[in-house]
Amino acid sequence: MIGLAIFTTIIFTGRFKVTSAIVQEVVIEKNIKSEIFINALNTEVVDIQYNGIGSLSSVVTNALENANAQHRKDKEYKKVIYVGSHDMVSLIGKKSGNGFIAQNKGLMWFLTFGLGIIGALMFIIPNVVLLGAKGIKNDGIYHENATNRGWIAWLVFIFLVGFYLVLYFYAEYAVNWTYLVDPISEALSGNLAGHWFVYGFMYCTVMTVMAVRMYIKYRHNMYQMVRTTSVLFFQIVFAFLIPEIMVRLQMPYYDFKNAFPLDYDFFFQWNLKSLINSGGIGMFILIWGIVLTLIVVPVMVYFFGKRWYCSWVCGCGGLAETLGDPYRQHSSKSLLSWKVERWIVHLVLVFAVTMTLMTLYSFFTDSGTILGIKTQSVQNTYSLLIGAIFAGVIGTGFYPIFGNRVWCRFGCPLAAYLGFVQRFKSRFRITTNGGQCISCGNCSTYCEQGIDVRAYAQKGENIVRSSCVGCGVCSAVCPRGVLKLENGPLEGRINPTQVLLGNDVDLMELVNKK
Amino acid sequence: MEHIVIIGNGISGVTTARHIRKLSDKRITIISAETDYFFSRTALMYAYMGHMKFEHTQPYENWFWKKNRIELVNDFVEKVDHQTKKLKLRNGTDINYDSLVLATGSKPNKFGWPGQDLDGVQGLYSKQDLDKIELNAPDNKVCKRAVIVGGGLIGIELAEMLRSRDIPVTFLVRESSFWNGVLPSGESEMINEHILEHHIDLRLETNLAEIIPDENGWVKAVTTDKGDTIECNVVGLTAGVSPNVAFLKESGIELGRGIKVNRYLETNIKDIYAIGDCAEQHEPIGNRRPIEAVWYTGRMMGETLAQTLCGNRIEYKPGHWFNSAKFLDIEYQTYGWVFSDNGKKEYESHFHWRHPKEKICITVAYHAESNQFLGINTFGIRMRHEVFDRWLTENQSVSYVMEYLKDANFDPEFYTQYETDIIKKFNTEMGTTITPKKKSWKRIFATT
Repeated sequence: MIGLAIFTTIIFTGRFKVTSAIVQEVVIEKNIKSEIFINALNTEVVDIQYNGIGSLSSVVTNALENANAQHRKDKEYKKVIYVGSHDMVSLIGKKSGNGFIAQNKGLMWFLTFGLGIIGALMFIIPNVVLLGAKGIKNDGIYHENATNRGWIAWLVFIFLVGFYLVLYFYAEYAVNWTYLVDPISEALSGNLAGHWFVYGFMYCTVMTVMAVRMYIKYRHNMYQMVRTTSVLFFQIVFAFLIPEIMVRLQMPYYDFKNAFPLDYDFFFQWNLKSLINSGGIGMFILIWGIVLTLIVVPVMVYFFGKRWYCSWVCGCGGLAETLGDPYRQHSSKSLLSWKVERWIVHLVLVFAVTMTLMTLYSFFTDSGTILGIKTQSVQNTYSLLIGAIFAGVIGTGFYPIFGNRVWCRFGCPLAAYLGFVQRFKSRFRITTNGGQCISCGNCSTYCEQGIDVRAYAQKGENIVRSSCVGCGVCSAVCPRGVLKLENGPLEGRINPTQVLLGNDVDLMELVNKK
Repeated sequence: MEHIVIIGNGISGVTTARHIRKLSDKRITIISAETDYFFSRTALMYAYMGHMKFEHTQPYENWFWKKNRIELVNDFVEKVDHQTKKLKLRNGTDINYDSLVLATGSKPNKFGWPGQDLDGVQGLYSKQDLDKIELNAPDNKVCKRAVIVGGGLIGIELAEMLRSRDIPVTFLVRESSFWNGVLPSGESEMINEHILEHHIDLRLETNLAEIIPDENGWVKAVTTDKGDTIECNVVGLTAGVSPNVAFLKESGIELGRGIKVNRYLETNIKDIYAIGDCAEQHEPIGNRRPIEAVWYTGRMMGETLAQTLCGNRIEYKPGHWFNSAKFLDIEYQTYGWVFSDNGKKEYESHFHWRHPKEKICITVAYHAESNQFLGINTFGIRMRHEVFDRWLTENQSVSYVMEYLKDANFDPEFYTQYETDIIKKFNTEMGTTITPKKKSWKRIFATT
């Protein structure tokens, strides 16, 4: 808790002193031609000691806006600065920090991340003993404030939403965070850390700590142990380490497991250009990216269901399965939310595909518009609405309120695509064990995807649903051994049943064969 | 339009209603004084333990009933008049029926113990019991100790519930070992150990003598037939259940312990049927008891009766016996018949395997002479219902079952499998040389 508190408060602290040398660097780096802006910085900013990023931010933002307004008025469009004010402030801030945090990175890392990890583990590890004998331990989940939408849950909600807002929209406030992980970033990629590095590092840390919790909670369940290990491995190695190391090796930054259309900007012009310009490795990535989406993904879904991606490999899924596990029971099981889910998730898929087609059209024809619609503005809309607000702010921020798979269920275009394959052509199903269901509802309650598992199980039907990510928790919480995730023959996978096994054989035949 | 009235909105009554609706357009009314909507009785414990909220135990959303034109009446039926085909409700109104289905379930047994109706003494069966236990035992400050009387499935569930709130529990069991009227001794002993592992004060071969009140009429302590006095704030009576039929005493419907029915689930009076816990067969079916108070049998009777009510009169002809339960952390499944040491048939032999460390074991019953497989109990291993159902139908031998045991495994992926260990022990004991066959999808789906 203390670590978290320090982490949060340092947003607003820190001392910044901009020197003319820094201004010079920025000017060169961003190719700034606006003398008004440079002058403003030199007179108003240089050599003044700022306390907290906020005050620096307003001065720089003002200078930037004034300069651009002036240039536009004078029609000096070449001098207009297109670097966003948030990025500009982050850049200047990062270079000019000279306070305690910037000078004591190691110590501050310990006081934030270090304390946070220790604190969380002190809370989690005693459960080895406290939880008692192995088995499902969901006692008190609906009595505890934090897991039953109490005030703690709402605080977590506010914190997470705030965090994502900073990350996506007010990056300058994350400058102090970047100092904390500079040493790690330099060791990996050789560069100083940006706010996305902070996010990546934090993501891995949170997942690791919460994976320890998973290991303890589900220590009787090998499926959960293996799956947690897998998802953690892919996050740390594929999403975090490899891309950073690739940067060090002068290669493009690429997460080899991040498949289009989740990786929605894969076909964006800047990315294609950067890949094509990176020689062999760039071409390899380009081809791999296409093969991954068109061949690897559907073939794997055919054999194993979409779980191989969503709950074994994917980073979003990884966070949901670790940090999000305490909130899995909050996903709505109503028929209404299922209807809403199908509309939204498929619309996002259509949006993503349309945008990509427009992008490719623009790329190959060198035309910026299609039917009068600017490709660029469609891309920007998608990035803002889907990439930032849906996947980040809502997807993760709403964990404590709407459950841990809001993005995966309602928003992820890749999940929608995998879902089609899983529903119509896959060996995967959750088998219902004959007539053993007692309709208790544990499976439905703990389904993070909001599937009413019981509705199928109590009819003796297998569960074949496009949204199932195969986390295996329904099977784990079932008190009667009714559910099993398995890959088997396609025949008999979907088995509508009226009369359940155990009753009169003739009656079953009569009713079920109809 | 024909009006079918069902008394009781448990699994039996609701299954009947659903299936009638599938088959016909008849008017359906369900009457219950317990709750407005159907819930899963077996899940009540999870609401107290905080795994779920009460509404999660309701398998259908509230709009379901209206959409399927199943009318719900929350009231208590005081009298059944079969001559005029009328029900008298507590609120004074009458309901006419054309066919009447009695699915009134059970109530907890009370054996005339002194003090059995005191405050703080309760069973665990109904929604009202759940509300009561929430009041009587919200935590271990209000309830410093609870005593549970009766070592069956509800007893151990109640113990688990109270332990989830760290309430000390004393568990009085009449038998010499937990549930050994049903379980073979090896299994029963393993559960004894597991009960102790959960810090439950298990007292075997101990009966309740008297429940002692304090000055306010609230339970203060119990005494046992061993002469012990145990101070407590709550007493759970879980010594089995019996049919809930008191309101039918003067109705002319033939009663035994339950409502007497024939194989068509018909009572002695035309157009009145009884199903579920409250029904009593004139003659037991196979090895089954005449009154089967089990979720699954209630559901099967409902499926069957709906056919009869919709013009396809058929017998209640349950298939192979199966059941399941969970003892604290240990899941239990059974297929076919495995009897306890006392209840064992003269031809019945057992093979028992238990894991050296974990709480995992199985018992296989087979015919001593013909070696025919009769049934299996598994603890901590999940098994495939379909596969065992087929093997029972095919009258397979016990060695066949052993050889293909891997086909029947239903544990989640990556779990350690024990078939090899089990068969090794089987071979040693039986002098056989069976090697387990690899799991085969082809065999698993052979006839399903």
